[in-house]
Amino acid sequence: MTRFTVNDRPFSTETDVETPLLYVLRNELELNGAKFGCGLGQCGACTVLLDGEAVFSCLIPLAALEGRNVTTLEGLGTIDDPGPVQAAFIEEQAAQCGYCIPGMIMRTQGMLNRNPAPSEREIREHLNPNLCRCGTHMRILRAARRAAGKPAGDQAALAERSAT
Amino acid sequence: MKILISALVVIVVLAGAALAYALGPSAIATVERPMPESFSGAEVKRGAELARLGYCNTCHTVRGGDPYAGGYAIETSFGTIYSTNITPDEETGIGRWSQEAFSRSLREGLDREGHHLYPAFPYTHFTKLTDQDARALYAFFMTRTPIRRSPRENDLPFPLNWRPVLAGWKLFFFDSGRFEPDGNASDTVNHGAYLVEGLSHCGACHTPRNFLQAEKRDDFLRGGEAEGWTAPAIAGDLPTPKGWTEAGLKSYLTGSFTADHGVAAGPMQPVAENLAAVPAADVEAIAAYVLPKMRSGAGKLAPAAATSEQGGNGNDEGRVLYAGLCASCHEASSPARRAHGMNLADSSALNEATSRNFVNFVLAGVQPPEGRAGSFMPALAGSLTDEQLTVLAAYLRHAKAGLRPWDDLGKTISNVRETMRRADAEPQR
Repeated sequence: MTRFTVNDRPFSTETDVETPLLYVLRNELELNGAKFGCGLGQCGACTVLLDGEAVFSCLIPLAALEGRNVTTLEGLGTIDDPGPVQAAFIEEQAAQCGYCIPGMIMRTQGMLNRNPAPSEREIREHLNPNLCRCGTHMRILRAARRAAGKPAGDQAALAERSAT
Repeated sequence: MKILISALVVIVVLAGAALAYALGPSAIATVERPMPESFSGAEVKRGAELARLGYCNTCHTVRGGDPYAGGYAIETSFGTIYSTNITPDEETGIGRWSQEAFSRSLREGLDREGHHLYPAFPYTHFTKLTDQDARALYAFFMTRTPIRRSPRENDLPFPLNWRPVLAGWKLFFFDSGRFEPDGNASDTVNHGAYLVEGLSHCGACHTPRNFLQAEKRDDFLRGGEAEGWTAPAIAGDLPTPKGWTEAGLKSYLTGSFTADHGVAAGPMQPVAENLAAVPAADVEAIAAYVLPKMRSGAGKLAPAAATSEQGGNGNDEGRVLYAGLCASCHEASSPARRAHGMNLADSSALNEATSRNFVNFVLAGVQPPEGRAGSFMPALAGSLTDEQLTVLAAYLRHAKAGLRPWDDLGKTISNVRETMRRADAEPQR
């Protein structure tokens, strides 16, 4: 038996402790925000928050979760009432195919939990582990800037980079 | 006895300092900044390669900052030293330094005005530089874009913030003098020795240091420290179970993944990034000189009969964490193994006497240099609690290396986490 919270609700499961968190989220809880991408911790589509920090849910086994707190995309808001990071991604229309976007949103949230006022460089470094194959990186960066309460535009970011 | 000798050394260092203060080396007059056109293209090009071979960019550039404009923090056991601006800016850089002043700084550890430089700047190695190479380096730096930026003040306690103290230090620990080739060795090996002992200053990290931060000459390349990492021994008994070949060493040194030894990471990553951009002959020379010094596997302790309490076969939690978090890249049956997941049994990090590199790898992961393709290992700082990392380490040490758990693990974990927090909070410049 493994006990932890998911989006602030207590959860317990008898599933084998070797099972990666991602499968439990999708198959048992039907929280389908986190996606299976590579299964190797190399792409970030499965990113969720564990005790507030971005982690790859495809890697982490239930055995590592006892007593800890998991937050998924669904924990940040709803379709009718999206959370600030979700709203920023919608506002900037950051998604093309959308497969990577839940991971991108969760990693952005993880960054803001740690550092509410990230610099342009910090945003780029923090989002680095997550891949997008459509090539909407510039929109994703704009969304991340907007979520951090910064000017979203590329020009402002370029100015910040050359000023520092 | 040891304390007595240490006290004596400190007294002589201070006396030397007082003497040096009285006699003080002289300033070298400023010059008009030389025009870039006054240098030959060939000289500038070789200077660029030599600057790579000395990793000048690594310590003289802050993350994301202007190249060579300085400000990079070098943590020492005494305090923090910030690197200087070595762009040819007339006010804040070295724009008005003559060739003579530039060469003297490299080879004698003095700035243009005659102040002693801290040995964080590896002049103890650069002193071996030839005139020709010092000229090429000067040509390279004088043709860079000048950046106006004053270096940050060093954060050192008294009396170390008083530079004449360094004169005393130099009396003991600095031998000025050019490289002398070994008449019995090939040109390649001699060139390798010139680079390793001189410009490429491998010993700055790979040689252990004494309590006054001087390299212990008798233990040349027998393993030291670098920026919170262990710089493994590259002479004598190595922690790596698998031996090195010339081809493997050259691949590793230029940043490629090698099945037996993984990929250059931590402070070795910028070294490999630089060596990837120099002529193959230079890397070949380094390999030719170092390879005969490397004895792999010989230093490995006989596998300890670890009991299950020490993380042996009964460590099921460790096995499950490994299976979930590591095995998909590191286990022999994994499809990712051929692409950049090494067998952890061969890992120097896991076989080292200290847990430092292992903890750095697991918590911070491996990211390729910016803008390059390369090995990627996810950072697991957020995934593992300290307790889980301890259990995982014990499992891997036993199951993969046949060794007892590390004694320093708890302290290392908190140190590495603290360093990562500080790096997170550090303002960019």
